[in-house]
Amino acid sequence: MGSGTGIGRVRGLGSAKSGVHHWWLQRVTAVGNLLLVLWFLVSLLRLPNLGYKLVFAWLHSPLASVPMLLLVVSTFWHFRLGLQVFIEDYVHEEGSKVAALIALNFYVIAGAALAIFSILRIAFAPLGVAG
Amino acid sequence: MSRNRARPLSPHLTIWRWGPHMLVSILHRATGTAMAIGGGVILIWWLVALASGPDSYARFIDLMTHNPPIGPDGMPMGPARLNWLPALVLVGLSWSFFQHMLSGLRHFVMDIGAGYELKTNKSAAIATILGSLILTVLFWAVILARG
Repeated sequence: MGSGTGIGRVRGLGSAKSGVHHWWLQRVTAVGNLLLVLWFLVSLLRLPNLGYKLVFAWLHSPLASVPMLLLVVSTFWHFRLGLQVFIEDYVHEEGSKVAALIALNFYVIAGAALAIFSILRIAFAPLGVAG
Repeated sequence: MSRNRARPLSPHLTIWRWGPHMLVSILHRATGTAMAIGGGVILIWWLVALASGPDSYARFIDLMTHNPPIGPDGMPMGPARLNWLPALVLVGLSWSFFQHMLSGLRHFVMDIGAGYELKTNKSAAIATILGSLILTVLFWAVILARG
């Protein structure tokens, strides 16, 4: 381990063993996002308005709540993977980097939990609760 | 990580002439970050408001929109309209999605090793920028056309 270039120091050490998995999950969630977000946008455009009763009744149906749950998982996972790279590329000080990565994990997990719980609450609400 | 500061690194941003591929690359990160933070927070907000009942949903809608003027017949003229700030944010987020989507599709092509020829690469980069603007205009045209 000399004091050469970065590439010189890591050459021959083999892979870090985890990069391909990150790359692959980024692609899988990207395809998921492509289908699910387009479905979501088209669904919103097809609703006559975004009033409470209509939107509640729409999200109450399994054919909307299940894709919506998948959308939250796929997009928030993709957020986590993408912002991780963003932080690793631009935050160079080790302490700040760790703090930023922890904050990122807290944000995506807490945010996804809130969104998922809300969707389930609507999906499992008794019929007619929307009035 | 220790680094010998005296050794040169390969040339970075400042040495290259700007091109569409560089713009698309940085836009991919910027739009992705905007959607992850801004889009994520608004989506959570909307879902929590909807799950919390009609009153909280009404407060959310009230923050986002204002009622149209009342017509001579005493009825509001058309549906509620977006306030300027939410409109700016939502138009920005929709453009971010289309730009990130097209640029992401370009990434899939490059992932299989295609599209690296200089002209092809440049044209594809320009196509994502034009495409995202067209899709954003179409998306909001549909919304406005329905009133």
